[in-house]
Amino acid sequence: MKNYRKTKNRFPAISTASLPDIVFMLLFFFMTVTTIKNNTLLVDNNLPNAKEVKKLEKKDRIIEIFVGKPSRELVEVLGTEPRIQLDNKLANVNDVAPYVLSELSKKPDAIRNLVTVSLKVDKDVKVGIVSDIKEELRKVNLLKVNYTTYEGNAFTNIK
Amino acid sequence: MARNNEIPEVNAGSMADIAFLLLIFFLVTATIQTDMGLDRKLPPTDTTPPIHINERNIFRVSLNKNNELFVEDDRMQMQDLKDAAITFLDNGGTMVGNENHCNYCLGERSSSSSDNPNEAIIAFSSDREAAYGTYILVQNELTAAYNMLRNREAQRLFKSDFTEMEKAYFDSKTSAKTKSELKENINQIRSMFPMSLSEAQTNMNF
Repeated sequence: MKNYRKTKNRFPAISTASLPDIVFMLLFFFMTVTTIKNNTLLVDNNLPNAKEVKKLEKKDRIIEIFVGKPSRELVEVLGTEPRIQLDNKLANVNDVAPYVLSELSKKPDAIRNLVTVSLKVDKDVKVGIVSDIKEELRKVNLLKVNYTTYEGNAFTNIK
Repeated sequence: MARNNEIPEVNAGSMADIAFLLLIFFLVTATIQTDMGLDRKLPPTDTTPPIHINERNIFRVSLNKNNELFVEDDRMQMQDLKDAAITFLDNGGTMVGNENHCNYCLGERSSSSSDNPNEAIIAFSSDREAAYGTYILVQNELTAAYNMLRNREAQRLFKSDFTEMEKAYFDSKTSAKTKSELKENINQIRSMFPMSLSEAQTNMNF
C-alpha cells in the first residue's frame, strides 16, 4: 500500500524511448531515396532548363561528363575557359575517349550496350566544346547521350 | 517487488540525439537524384554513302554565333519554331492514291513541304560559338514538336498520351504483360512519326 502511494505521487516521465525509432525511420528513408555525392565539382555546373525531359533511371548505366567554367576558387589558376571534368579531375577533349572506355570496361557485360553518357554542361558554355566531346564519343561508338538538364521552362535559357 | 524498483531504466534519451546526428549527416552529404534530360542518339561514324534526299523533305534549322535562329535561311523567333516544325512534319504532301500517302497527317498537304513524316528530316546545325543554353532550347522545341504530334496520334488510337505511355513503359512497377502491350503501341506511334533529327557537323563559317 505504501509503495503504491509513493509511485502515484511522483509525476510520470514522458517516455522518449520511441523517439530514436522515429528518427531512425527518417534516416533510413533518406538513405534509400538519395544518392551520395561522389564527386566534387571543379567546374561551374548550372544546367539549362528543358521541358520535354526524360528521367535517367538507372544510375549504374550512366557515365557523367561535366563541362563548365572552372569554379570560382580555381579561376585564378585556370582562367575562365570552359573545362571538362571527368571523374574528379579536369581533362582535355582527347582524354574523353579513353575515360569513357575505361568506365565502360568497369560495367558488367550485360549492360554495356545500354550505357548512356550524361553530358552535364553549363548553360553558358559554347556549343563547340560540346560537339568536340560528341565527336570523341562517336569515335568510340558510344552513341547514346543525354543532355542533362533541369526541368523547367526552356525559354529561361536565353537572357 | 522491492528489488525490481531498484533496477534503473536505461536512459534512451541520448539515442535520439545520435540518430539525429546521423540523419543530418546524410541530409548534408546526399542529394536527391534529379537527373533528367533530353535523350539523343549520335550518328555512327561509318556513314553509308549519302542517300539522295529531296530538299523539300529537309527542314533546316541553324543557330548562328549570336544565338539567332534561322529556319530555311530565314530568321525566326524561338517561340515560332515548335509550330513551324509541326507544320513541316505534319504536312503529308504526297497525294491520295500514292503508296507514300500519309492518311493521319492533318497538315496543309503543300507540295513544297515534306512528303511524309517517315521521310521528313530535321537538320539542326549550330555554330561553335552559340551558347549551350540556346542550343538546348532549340533541341527542346524540336522534341516538343515530335512529342505533340505523337501525343495526338496516341490519343486518337490508344486514348492516352505518348509521353505517358513511355513513362509507364520505363517505370519498374509496370508488369511485364502491360509492358509488352505498351511496347507494341509505342513502336507503332514511333513508326508514324520517327524522330529523325540529324545534327550535322557544326560549321565555323557562318
